[in-house]
Order: sequence, then structure tokens, then C-alpha cells
Amino acid sequence: MAIECLVLGAGQEVGKSCVVVTINGKRIMFDCGMHMRYKDLRQYPDFSLISDSGEFTSSLSCVIITHFHLDHIGALPYFTQVCGYEGPIYMTYPTKALAPLALEDYRNTFERGGEKAQFTSEHIAECMKKVTAVDLKQTIHVDKDIQIRAYYAGHVLGAAMFYAKVGDASLVYTGDYNMVPDRHLGAAQIDQLQLDLVISESTYATTYRDSKYVQEREFLKAVHKCVTSGGKVLIPSNALGRTQELCLLLDDYWERTNLKVPIYFSSGSTIQANLYHKILINWASQNVKDTHARHNALDFKNVRSFDRSLINAPGPCVLFASPGNLNGGFSLEILKHWAPYKENLVMLPGSCSNGIIGSKLMSAKIPTQIKLDENVKTDVRCQIHKLAFSAHTDGKGIMDLVTFLLPKHVLLVHGEKPKMAALKEKIQSELGIECCYPANNETVTIPSTHHIEAGVSDAFLQSCMAPNFMFWKTNVGSDERTPPILQVHDDRVGQGMLTLQNPRVFTQNELRDVLGVENHQVKFAHCCSAAYDSEVSNAASDWSPSTSQKNSLLQLLFGLVSGDFPDCIMHDCQKGIQVGSFVASLCSREECPSSNADALHFRCTWSVTEEELAWKVISLVKNVKLSREST
Amino acid sequence: MSTDPELRLPMIKTSNSTDEIGGNDEEFCRSEGGEDCQTPRSPRHMIPAVLRCPPAPKKRRSAAACKRKLCELEFFAGEEIESLFRIVETCMSEGRGYYFPPCHILDISGVSVLVDCPMDLSSLTIFSPLPVDSHDINIDNISFSSADSNEENRGNGLVYAEPRYRTVTKLHSWNISFIDVVLITSPIGMLGLPFLTRKKGFTAKVYATKAASRIGQLMMEDLVYMHKEFRQFYGPESDEPIWMKWDRLEMLPLEMKKIVFGADETDFGCWMPLFSAADVKACMLKVESLNYAEEICYNGILIVKPLASGLEIGSCNWRINGPRGSIAYISSSVFRSAIPKNFDYDALQASDVVVYSDFFSLNALEQVGNDEDFSGLANYFSNSSSADVNSEARSALLSTDDYLEEIDKLDFICSCSMDSIKAGGSILIPTGRLGIILQLLERFELHLTSENMKVPIFVISSVAEQLMIFTSIIPEWLGEQCEDRFYSEKPSLFTHTEMLKDGRLHLFPAIHSDELLSRLITDILWDRNIWQEPCIVFCPHWSLRLGPVTHLLRRWLSLCFITVQEGVDANLILLPFKPIAMKVVQCSFLSGMQLQKSLLLLKILQPKHVLFPEIFRRCVDTLAASFSSSFYNENEMLHIPYTEDNSCLHIDMDLARQIKYTKLEEQNVDISRLKGKLMVKHGRYKLFSCVGTAEDGYGSHNAPVIRVSRPSTAVVEITETQTLIRAADEEVASLISQAARSNLHCL
Repeated sequence: MAIECLVLGAGQEVGKSCVVVTINGKRIMFDCGMHMRYKDLRQYPDFSLISDSGEFTSSLSCVIITHFHLDHIGALPYFTQVCGYEGPIYMTYPTKALAPLALEDYRNTFERGGEKAQFTSEHIAECMKKVTAVDLKQTIHVDKDIQIRAYYAGHVLGAAMFYAKVGDASLVYTGDYNMVPDRHLGAAQIDQLQLDLVISESTYATTYRDSKYVQEREFLKAVHKCVTSGGKVLIPSNALGRTQELCLLLDDYWERTNLKVPIYFSSGSTIQANLYHKILINWASQNVKDTHARHNALDFKNVRSFDRSLINAPGPCVLFASPGNLNGGFSLEILKHWAPYKENLVMLPGSCSNGIIGSKLMSAKIPTQIKLDENVKTDVRCQIHKLAFSAHTDGKGIMDLVTFLLPKHVLLVHGEKPKMAALKEKIQSELGIECCYPANNETVTIPSTHHIEAGVSDAFLQSCMAPNFMFWKTNVGSDERTPPILQVHDDRVGQGMLTLQNPRVFTQNELRDVLGVENHQVKFAHCCSAAYDSEVSNAASDWSPSTSQKNSLLQLLFGLVSGDFPDCIMHDCQKGIQVGSFVASLCSREECPSSNADALHFRCTWSVTEEELAWKVISLVKNVKLSREST
Repeated sequence: MSTDPELRLPMIKTSNSTDEIGGNDEEFCRSEGGEDCQTPRSPRHMIPAVLRCPPAPKKRRSAAACKRKLCELEFFAGEEIESLFRIVETCMSEGRGYYFPPCHILDISGVSVLVDCPMDLSSLTIFSPLPVDSHDINIDNISFSSADSNEENRGNGLVYAEPRYRTVTKLHSWNISFIDVVLITSPIGMLGLPFLTRKKGFTAKVYATKAASRIGQLMMEDLVYMHKEFRQFYGPESDEPIWMKWDRLEMLPLEMKKIVFGADETDFGCWMPLFSAADVKACMLKVESLNYAEEICYNGILIVKPLASGLEIGSCNWRINGPRGSIAYISSSVFRSAIPKNFDYDALQASDVVVYSDFFSLNALEQVGNDEDFSGLANYFSNSSSADVNSEARSALLSTDDYLEEIDKLDFICSCSMDSIKAGGSILIPTGRLGIILQLLERFELHLTSENMKVPIFVISSVAEQLMIFTSIIPEWLGEQCEDRFYSEKPSLFTHTEMLKDGRLHLFPAIHSDELLSRLITDILWDRNIWQEPCIVFCPHWSLRLGPVTHLLRRWLSLCFITVQEGVDANLILLPFKPIAMKVVQCSFLSGMQLQKSLLLLKILQPKHVLFPEIFRRCVDTLAASFSSSFYNENEMLHIPYTEDNSCLHIDMDLARQIKYTKLEEQNVDISRLKGKLMVKHGRYKLFSCVGTAEDGYGSHNAPVIRVSRPSTAVVEITETQTLIRAADEEVASLISQAARSNLHCL
């Protein structure tokens, strides 16, 4: 069996994550994201590579979504409603709750920009109806052969790494994850699993980050400075994820420093998202969970929703406005209003870099002028602060995870090519694990180990459990005086037979039944002549001794042999005598090939194992004359 | 309806029943002069004051049964090997309804699994709730109502003392240290757990769902809290309470006696003082909590997995997978439930053994006189198991009848309540079922708004707040209805969060005593203008012996409406509050499967073997079921027949690569010798190649040898694993090997 990975997106780039894995005819799609840089069909993964005919429902076993970020879920409504995929879709409860908000937010911004999104609100709603929500660590049987399981991934609320097992091939698709806890979410957590493959993100493949604490302090300092000097703070951010973490930070800071400056949210979906965050507190970090009985940390005290009339209201405030990349919408509008004043502050989150205006601001020297579109320019005199927060793991985190899981192969996605190459080298040289980072639309085939499944008999199992002690003495050091140490080993070894057809394991003893054959025994036979006293048999001349004569001869023989071999048994008349498997009986001429008319013969048979004994008995018989006296 | 039960308690004169206790009949008569039979009073006839159960019938286990940690099998001697292949079921208790679920011990492949450890809280009924006024109580005197003189005074024969408690009595005769795993099916099923965990030698792993363990913990804490009131009143308890003295016990009314001694008079030694808050804490540390469908591996041998049962938030059935097959433990389950996650029966499909432990249809079974009722079912079974029959069965299972009936019941309670409130009465709902409380809260809310009434709703319990907070953050544990609300525009799980916010619902930790109640009302509630009567109060405890309910009952003796769970003796539990003029409604909510549905379910699940309670025998026997079945009784071991050799072995690839097959032409079979190390990992037998096992040396000892003398000398040495042919001449060697091969298979 082999694992075939078709990378439809996020191969050597960040955006439109989508990997289709084929194991033993079963196909699983991990993530179904969109690329934010494109606005045409290039923003979606090339689904035609899955099925030319467009019969996705039959060619995919299931779709798994790791979290609600658009580069992981953005293409899902398109895939289900336009492409017509009808099969099962799995995501965690928070993802199912928050994904419609994220998608709707995107669609709104898109449509506000005058363009038409590829899917409608109804598409989103219909699409979410097909979703099965899963809880962490639940083992879901998609069908008879496929098991999937979600593990906590940090990153954003509800983000999960997914474990999938088809037959005995298994893999983990990490999605985006974070290996250190932050203020809101915990660190990624996973069991030690036997894996053939780990598909990992590698956004920060070569970056090593310091503690978050410093970055948090810088952020708070900047905000504090701005609001105390009467400025307005604009934080362009999407409704979900980052916003809540920053809010948590600010709300807590506000409480501690007794600030009364209002914190605003621009969009309605943020309020809805906040409600979800409040209900889904069990998915937050341990710290937040522990304190929630006293106060739900996500029940923000100083946060309220924004009204358009407040844009030019005097006095300081903090505003979260979407979208995060300043590509349009409300955050851009606010920027136009607030940027010209030098007491104001714009907080640029990391995601800004993929927007045109955001990246311009990033590199801008203040004061300056920037072009908002063809013919609108605005002065920028405000302060600009870059948010260094990231919910992605750094290079060390990736290495830690791979070291922990110790898979047979690693596949890197969701990163920049040169960094991925560096990380690949590192994984191969340090951990000795095969690693690759295919480009989009490339297929990688990875062999998967497996076992042979066989039926087994109870007797074999029992024989395997039978203790098999071995003792030996070893001398410690060269000192002769110290007594040797007795070592005891219990190496239980199962020995048996295995059939290839209809595999089954059994013990040697059961072989006969399994094959339906007779047992075959190797036996020896020998006719030994014995001297006898003529008195014993008067009728010796006709060589057909009567029954009584036979008896008396055997009796004599028995007396003779039992003297030397105490376990000798005398059988019923005519049968003969027996020592172990050695049986001696009176030989009649007709049957015996080696019969000699001159002597009395005993026919001896024995099995292979008792050869030695048999020859001893025979030699005894040969050397003795049977007579009445000898009894 | 109003109930005014007259409990006519028969005067008890100790009769011959004491014979067994008194021992020697002859001696007894002589000493009493053969006149009227009386209880012998001489010291030698007295039962030793503290009764203990007879020594436990111990599970046999060899001395060497020390467990190895990782994934390796124990060292078994003789018969112990047998235990690896068997499943033994012992029913410890068949339980009594929702509040006292059944309890089983399963012995699976040598692992002892206890399912549920409930607490028998119905036995609380023999104790009196805290006395009304402390002045006329002389502790020494009243702790017992004497049958003759005080009957009039105390009237009810209840025990006036700090209550003691009981778990599953049969568990006392079981060696706790031999239990390896405890599985919990519902919050109610874990109430007795601290009794176990506080015992020395308890080492088992306890598994429960996260929600069940949280709710269970809150219930235990609440119980400890409510019990504290008694302790404060009666003072520290002595080792041997006065009420447990023999002469006092004798004076108990017959019904009480039955409770004290148990049906077969063996349960007396099982009364235990309640656990402490510290016990609860220590117990919870031992509980490992899981999500639904989360697999957990015990010692490499068993994989256990909780699956939603639909009865209550967090309640579950268990699927246990071992190397010898799978077992499904089906506890009381509800197919369509309003609040908890729906019964996940698909995941129980195709298990080898089903332990059926839903006693809900018990009453129905007892009432059924003849077999005619089963004929319809038999049809289902006699039909071939075609797909359409299956789907038909499925739709029958999911029919909304039960569900709608439940809603009707809730609505009935609500409308009765409305009438009562209009007449100026208050509503008291003592229930321990979280699901019912949550549902009723929503229903009341609907009814009140539709009638445009403003009546405050109170939930009074030491853990009310925690419960409400907890229920508002658990979307993963709730059913479709709540899920829909969760995914809606205004996400929320229950309306109670909103009701709390706008002051329609209030939570209070406690009402300490009824004098205090008025003071409390004035001091705390009245000031804030919160407490109003009439009102609707939810509070523990359903036994009406503990907690806020007792105080409220006394306060509202005349004008109140109370709902009581069915399955408890309403007369008995209301006894201390007599005479009462309030309305009482007894309600039984669905807490399990109807007989018909359960059999349909089994048809869908397609198990190989099913264990039923004995009472099912009559109806199961009439069915031509596809599974075999056996029937269990309380306290009886049941060996489950298993089909021989159905285990499966995984041969590791490293080992498999070394295998060289020999073709046997005659049988058309490829066969090979196999040598490896057996391990049990993740519930499966696995065979690995053994590294570093020394191969037998060349020319080994004592091997039988065949010597060939012509045409040249040769020796054929045969051991079990190899045939060694030593020959000087090549030709002879090949001749012999040919001969050997032609004669011997697979050597």
C-alpha cells in the first residue's frame, strides 16, 4: 500500500491550502482554501485534477477542514455548491460556528468592492448544513476503513490537526498550528502515534521567535502611549481570531490600569464572533478555562460596538476594523479619516503584507502620501506600528512536533520555497526522516508500512504466553571473588506455522487439522532372532507355536527384558512387550521378509526417537538364551 | 390531585423471623419457657453491634499476578491463561430507575471492568429531614420513635439521626483492589464513586465523559453540602449511631425495616457515613475524563470508547474493544432527546457481545401477561434482514412519539403550575435531572410569556451557579435543537443565560433552615426585592430529605404544587411533612428504551451475542433473532460463550519479510514456519520478529540421527525445527534431502 499526496494548493506558497491524499483507493481532501491574491478562478485549487468528469462525490471519501481561515476553507462553498461535492465534510465545532462568519465577511468585502464573489450567502448556509462537527480526540469512522481524529492545534479558536488512518496507513495533517500557548489559546497537543506521514505547515520554517511576552508589552505600550495622548488607534483586523486575542490583551490591560478609553468593534459579525468565543471557552487555553468560573475572560467589559457617527468624534479610542489587509471596506475608510493626524496610530497585523495598501504602509516613511486607488491619495502622518504576533509555530516548533511524532516521512506545505528547502535539509540530517515539499499540482507517493493480518488459534496464543526462562551467570568485572550474578530472562517466543492462503497462524500440533492430512511417523523395524531352549516349545519343529506357547515365550522375554528395563510393559496375549515406543512381538514366518527357518524371531518396531533404547533391548535379546531357568 | 396517604404501619411484634438471627430454635424456646415467642435478649443471642458482610468471595488470582506496565501480558499460571480468552459478566445490581442505575462487573481478557458505581439514595427515605423546632427534641430520646409509646408523638417512625448512605451493596463483597477499570455511564452513575476511591487498595482507572464527570462532581459536592446541615444539627456522629442498635432497629416499621436490611436481609452492614468534600476531590483526581467517541487504551489490552446515549448531558454507552472482539455496554438510552446529544447507536454496530442494561421497560415486561404483545416484533425478526426492513426499523427508532410525549408531560406540568400560580400557590420542583430542569426552564419561560405573567424562577442549590455556567459552554455535548440555536444568528445554548441577565431567573446557593428562610427573604432577597411569592423553585433533593426542598416544603405546606419523580413511593417520601394540603404531581420522564425499540435496535446492531436481564427471557425467546442470547441475574456470574479462534493477529512487516513459504502441491497451500514475539498493543495481538534470539547451534545435542552407510556414510540429524543432513558425498546428500522432502510435509 502507498500513500499518494496530490498537493492542490499551498505547495511552496502560502494560500489556498488543499492536499488530496489517496490511500488504497480512499481519497481524503484536507482543507479547501482560497488564495487571497487572486480574484478569478486561480484563487481556487484546481479541482479538475481530482476528477476530470467532475464527479467529486464519488471520487472523494471526505473533506476535512482544519480551521476557519479563508486560505483553508475559502473554496469550500464553491466546491460544494458550484462544483457539486455532496459527500461528508468534517470540522470542529468552533470552526463550523465561525466559518460562516469568516466566509460572509469575505463575501461582503468582495461585493463592496463592486465585484461578484463566486458564491452567495445561500451557498455558505447550504454548505455549512453538510458539515459534521467533531470534538477533539473523537474517533470518527467515515466508513469501514477510514478513521479520522482531531487534535488541538492552537493557532485560532477551533483549529485542529487531523489524524487519518486508512487500513493500516496513517498520517497527520497539521493545518496551521502553534506550539506555544498564547493569551487566548493553548499549545498544540497530539498523542504519540505510529505514522507514515506528517503533512506540516512551514510558514516560519527558519524563524526562531522569542517569547511572546515582549511583543505583547510593546503592543500595549504603543497603544497606551497613543490613547493617553488623545490619539485614536486603528487596528485593521478580520472579525475573527486575532481580534479576540488582542481584545483579551487590551481588556485585561484596561482592567489593570483602570483605563476608561472605549474599545470598539466595527462589524456586526465581530460581536457574533465574540459570543461564540464566550460559549466556546472550553477550546481556549487552560488558563482561560480555569478562571472562567469566576469571570469569563472573553466576556469583555470595556468593549462595545462602533457607530459610524463616532468616526470623527473627539477623544481617544481603540477600533478594530475589518478587513485586516486594508484592501477595502471599513478599515480603509477609517484609515482615510485617521491617517492624516499624527497623534493617531495604525497597528498593522502580519496579514497586512498580502494587501497592496498594507504593504505600502509597512514600508512607508512617515510622513508620506499613499495612493488609495487610481485617483485618491491621502496624507499619512500617523504613527505606524507593526504587530509581530503570529499564531503559527516557528521552526523550532515544527522540529519539535516532527521529533515527537517521528513519522516515516514529512511533507511540507504552506511556506516559502527557500525556507522549506532549509527545513527539509534540517529534518533529513538531524532526524533522518525523509522529507519533501512538492509544488502545487504535484503528486508525491510515499510507501506505507503494513502488516499481514492473519487468524490465530488459541493454542498458538497460549504457547506464546508460556514462560520461557533462561538463566545464566555472568561475572561482574574481573574480580574472581565476587560471586557471579544470576541473570534471568523470559524470552517468550511463539513458534508456529503460517499459511499464505487464507492467512492463519497455528501451532505445529494443529497442522494436521488445518491441512487435513494424516500424521506421518517414521518408524524402524527389525527382526531379531533369539535362541531358545527346546524345552520351551516341544512343537518347535513345525514353527507354528500355539497361542499358549507364544504366550509362554513372550512371558520369558518379558521376564528377561524387565530385569534391565523396569518400565517394560507386558501387553495382552499375542501383542508383545513394550518399552517406551519399542514393541517386540513374536514374528510369524509368512509376514517376515527376513525370516529364517532356523531361529525364533521377534519382530521389533520403534519410533525414531528411541533408537538407542531399542538397540539395547535387541542386543540383550540376542545374547540370551530363552529358557525356563532364566526366568 | 391531592394526596393524603394514610400510612397504616402494622404494629411489629418480632416474630419468627428472628429465628434465623437468634440461631438455635430449640435453645430459644427453652430459654423463653416455650410461651409466647419473644426475641431472645441474652447477650449471646444479640447480633454483634456492627454488622459486616461475610468475607468477600475473592476472585482467584495467582500470587504471581503482578502486572507489567507496558503492553505486555501478565505472567499467567495455569487457569489464568484461560481468563485471557473469556468474558465473564457479573451483575452487581439491576438498579432501580433513573436515580439508581444498574451496576455490572465484566471480566474481559483478564481485565476487571466495573460499570457504574451509583448511590442508593432512595434509602434516604427512612431518615427524617431536620426536625422543625429544635426545642422539643431530646436527641437521645427521639432518635427513635418507639413503636408503642411514641407512635402518636413522632407518628411516622422515621429515623431521627444523621443519615447514612448505601451504594451497590453487592460491591462490598468484592475485592476492590481487583478492579482494574471503572466505566461511568452517567453523572448519577458515579455518585457512589468516592466510597470506592477512599478505600485502601483502590487502584483502578476511572473513565467518564468530561460532562458526566463535571456534573457528577457538582452533584457530589451538593450532596456533601446538604448533608452538612445534618451534621451541624446532630453534632459529630459516633462510630455506631444509636439508630443502628439492635433494639432500636427492631422497633422500625416494616417498610423501613425492609429498607434498612435490604430485601434479603443482608444489606445492613452496608450503611456508610457520607464521604467528605476531600473524598470527592480525591475521587475526581482519579477520574480520567473523555470526549464522546474518544478512544482510550487500557494497558494495551482494552480500548474503551464512550458513545452518546441520549439520556442526560454527558451520559454514554461504552464500546470496549479487546483482542478477542468487541463488547457494547448499552445503558439506559433515549433515541430522541431534547437536550443531550442523540443516542449514537451506529457506533455500537457489529459488536461481538452486547451487554444490555437498560431496565426502563422492566415495568412493561412485568405487566405483560402473555406473548401476544411480541408477535409484532417477531415479524420484524422473522423477516429477512433486508435493507428496507432495516431502514424501516431505523425510522421506527427515530419516531418522535416518545419525544412528543415528553414535551406533553412538560407542558402538563407547566399548565398545572400556571393554574396553581394563579391561585396564589408556589411551585416546587425537586428533581435531580439536569436535562429536565433545563427543559422546564425553557417551557416555563414560554408559558409565562404567553400568559404575560411575571413570576420569578429560582434555582436553589449550592452548585446552581456552576451548573448554569457549565451548561452554557458545552455545545459539543448537546443535541440537534441546542446545536441549531448555537449556529443561529444569536448564538446561545439555553435561554437561561438570558433569563439570568434580565432577572427572570435567580440562582441561590442555599436556604439554611426555615426560620432562616424568612430572615433570608427579608435580609437578602426582600431588600433586593427579589423574593416574591408565588414563585417557581427548582431545588434538590428529590428524596425530600435533604437540602432546600425540606425547608420550602414546610413553609408551603398549604399552598404549593410539587412534582415528584415516579418510581419513588410518594407516600413514603412525603411522610415527614404530613398532613399536607398541597397538590402533588408525580411524573415519570423517559429514562430508557421502550421494549419494542430496544429489540429493534438490537436487530440493527447485529451483535453475535446479547446479554439480557433475566426478565427479558420470555420475550426474547419468542423471537427468531439472529443473535444468541443469555440472561443474567443479580449477583450471578455469567460466562459468555465465545466462538473459538476468532482472534486476529497482526504480523509485523519486518517479520513477514523473513517468511519463506513452501508450496504443498497436494493441498495447494503455501505454508511457512513462523517464529516471533507476541505482544498485545492497542487491543490487538501483534507478532514481532524476535531480535537477538540465539539460533540453535550447529550439531545440537541429543538430536536423533539417521546414519546412512551405503553408498557412502551419511548422517541425517533431525530436530524439531531443522533437518540437518551431513554427508561426505554430495550425491548422497541430495538423495536424502529429496527423500526427506518427498516424505515429509513442510519440514
